[in-house]
Amino acid sequence: MATSTEVISTGGHAHTHSDAPEMGMLGPRPSAKTGVWSWLTTTDHKRIGVMYGISALLFLVLGGLEALMVRIQLAVPNNDMLVGDMFNQMFTMHGTTMIFLAVMPLIAAFFNFVVPLQIGARDVAFPRLNAFSLWVFVAGAVLINVSWFAGGAPNGAWVGYPPITGPQYNPGHNSDFWVMGLMLLGVASVAASLNFFTTIINMRAPGLTLMRMPVFVWMTLVTNVLILLAFPPITIALAQLMMDRMFGANFFNVAKGGMPIMWQHWFWVFGHPEVYILILPGMGIVSEILPTFSRKPLFGYPLIVFSGAFIGFMGFTVWSHHMFTSGMGVIAVLAFSVTTSIIAVPTGVKIFNWIGTMWGGNLRMTTPMLYALSFIAMFTVGGFSGIMHSAAAADMQQHDTYFIVAHFHYVLIGGAISALFGGIAYWFPKITGRLMDEKLGKFAFWVFLIGFNMTFFPMHILGLNGMPRRIYTYHADMGWNFWNLFCTVGAFVLAFGILFFFINMVHSFRNGEIAGDDPWDGRTLEWSIPSPPPVYNFAVIPEVTHLDDFWHKKQTGKANIPWDGKLIHMPLSSYYPLIVGVGMFIFGMGMIYIKDSVMFALPVALGGFGLMTFAIFGWALEGPGGEMLDPTKESGAHN
Amino acid sequence: MSHAATVDQQHPHAEHHHEEHSYTGIPNKKVMMWAFLASDCMFFGTLISTYIIYHGKSLAGPYPAEVLNIPVTTASSFVLLMSSLLMALSVAAINRQDITKFRLWIFLTGVFGAIFLGFQSYEFTEFVSRGVTLQNNLFGSTFYTMTGTHGLHVAIGVFWLFSWFIYSFFGNMKDKATDIEVAGLYWHFVDIVWIVIFTVIYLVEFVGVTS
Repeated sequence: MATSTEVISTGGHAHTHSDAPEMGMLGPRPSAKTGVWSWLTTTDHKRIGVMYGISALLFLVLGGLEALMVRIQLAVPNNDMLVGDMFNQMFTMHGTTMIFLAVMPLIAAFFNFVVPLQIGARDVAFPRLNAFSLWVFVAGAVLINVSWFAGGAPNGAWVGYPPITGPQYNPGHNSDFWVMGLMLLGVASVAASLNFFTTIINMRAPGLTLMRMPVFVWMTLVTNVLILLAFPPITIALAQLMMDRMFGANFFNVAKGGMPIMWQHWFWVFGHPEVYILILPGMGIVSEILPTFSRKPLFGYPLIVFSGAFIGFMGFTVWSHHMFTSGMGVIAVLAFSVTTSIIAVPTGVKIFNWIGTMWGGNLRMTTPMLYALSFIAMFTVGGFSGIMHSAAAADMQQHDTYFIVAHFHYVLIGGAISALFGGIAYWFPKITGRLMDEKLGKFAFWVFLIGFNMTFFPMHILGLNGMPRRIYTYHADMGWNFWNLFCTVGAFVLAFGILFFFINMVHSFRNGEIAGDDPWDGRTLEWSIPSPPPVYNFAVIPEVTHLDDFWHKKQTGKANIPWDGKLIHMPLSSYYPLIVGVGMFIFGMGMIYIKDSVMFALPVALGGFGLMTFAIFGWALEGPGGEMLDPTKESGAHN
Repeated sequence: MSHAATVDQQHPHAEHHHEEHSYTGIPNKKVMMWAFLASDCMFFGTLISTYIIYHGKSLAGPYPAEVLNIPVTTASSFVLLMSSLLMALSVAAINRQDITKFRLWIFLTGVFGAIFLGFQSYEFTEFVSRGVTLQNNLFGSTFYTMTGTHGLHVAIGVFWLFSWFIYSFFGNMKDKATDIEVAGLYWHFVDIVWIVIFTVIYLVEFVGVTS
């Protein structure tokens, strides 16, 4: 409030607070509405979503470059570009980057930007906690990648099985960076999930009952429950590995009776829900795109919702299918084989419902629709190979071969990335106010789809011919030469497809056609407000009476709700979430070097911890704060 | 939206800005704390499972039955459980806006938590002197990691409670009942987890020995 005069002169905010200035431990609260500091201190879910999205796409490029390096090494037999440990670092960081630093934050970007708009809210339940999640994510992501310049990147694969990652066989700092980085990312994810869980439970507009929620919001809710319940096991497993590595404990030390198999269990108790964390939001996005471009309501809405929730529940009952070759015994293998097969049922239900949605619809083949269709087709291919794995006897042959690599890239690129790119194309006009170029968009889509299938379909063949995962080279007489070269060519085609998509984003951001509020004739609440949305989203909180409420209101001529003359209360920006993130980064760096030099590393870790504690107290004492906005004077979006 | 009016009356530190939106009528902070506790169940579930799986698998001593001291830990457990009673009294006092009583009870809750931590420090020191270390065997690794994580939870709780005690002298406690209740949820949960840990580590160890 101290800066209300400034604000009025720049943005025209009407302030009704006349209290004493809000002072925190660092003086007045940040008040900038534009410029770098306004982004670093923002609590606006839309800006946080945009920052999540941009960082995710940057890491997608980084992870993609790592993938290309792997493919170049494997293009011809006996290649020596990346040998041994360097190859291990490359595929480890490719997997870690793509899952934790690209796909998950891209999903978080959609949670942030779209969920509050779809439930008719002005922000999330805890705006500062939301900023905290973003900055801790950035801290963890940077921390892991610092390892490239500090003696070597993590090299124990994205699953990080000890003893390969244990202190006995991996004495460098590679895995320390991995352990600390993933713990920070876990904190970020759990904090974000607490926030979105509360937001969806508590911040819905009046009348928006659970069974009137858009499917994307439903899938967000299920995903966040999965994150809340699946991240603790991996966090504890990482803590146990950290105790082994940094303080000489024996959790996975066979010489002292430890059992490395336990890591595999904890990892996959997390790891299998994790793959549903990656795919369920995509299913939600597709369930938004298909009805819009089929001009029909979603076919079997309750079935889609319950199937999604059921998939989420079953995600906790199938983890050992990743361990069929570990010698668990017949009963365990049989049980997990059965539960895994059951997953096919709700997934099949969803696929048929999506087809039913399009059946007889007035289809518009826009770029988002093409990506949604690609999701259904490619995810189905990945799903079929998944069912093949559920037959344990077959899986024994496929385990750790390129057949598995083909399977999970079909569900993660053909599935998750297709849906997320479709989501970007679908909500781009809402985020930026401009439509993405359709011609370039369709071209980029076809290059992406062809390149993707060129890269990953032959991997089925390579896998069935016995090519193992994670080998850095192979002999010329194994019979794998042709398809490996083919995959590498395909990987470059795929990379160009993604590059064209990015070029389209930049081009359309600058020169795209102005979208207007509702370019797709949408069905859900986000299309009822301006593009880009004003900082307060809704001038009047909508009253929801139907599923696809905005569509219903348009049909009945009630879509335009006049402003009711009441000022809008919005939370203030804050420095503290960023400072907590910086403190956690410093703490993590200190912990990584703690076994080398206590004299140096301990003060660093304690300093980071102290900074974090200071910022948490500052955060608590400043309170959420608030300013009153007048929508008639408000200049509109801050982004 | 009786919003503009209510905000004006509020102190700058007011916590209730968002609560008018609550669809369920339950404050946001409470929903979040329950969700966090569900997540925390999985944290402790993983730690406790690890302890049970590794129980009896240590290749070298000292073994748990040689060092565990049930009378001392019973006393510390009693102190921790009594702190839950004091926490309940704090919540009741803040709901009545009886700030004097609130200060007394929340201070004592924190003190009881600190006494528990004192017992734990004594126990850790005692165990180390008798050769139970993090590095020595699986019992040491699992014991210190699990009870240490629980101790960390208690320590965070003690800081949290003392912070509210200090805040009550210079801050406005009028609309803080929800915050205290949320801190209480956390505190009771940490106590309940201790009942499970106490049973698994201390009581189960001597089943068949004493009977």
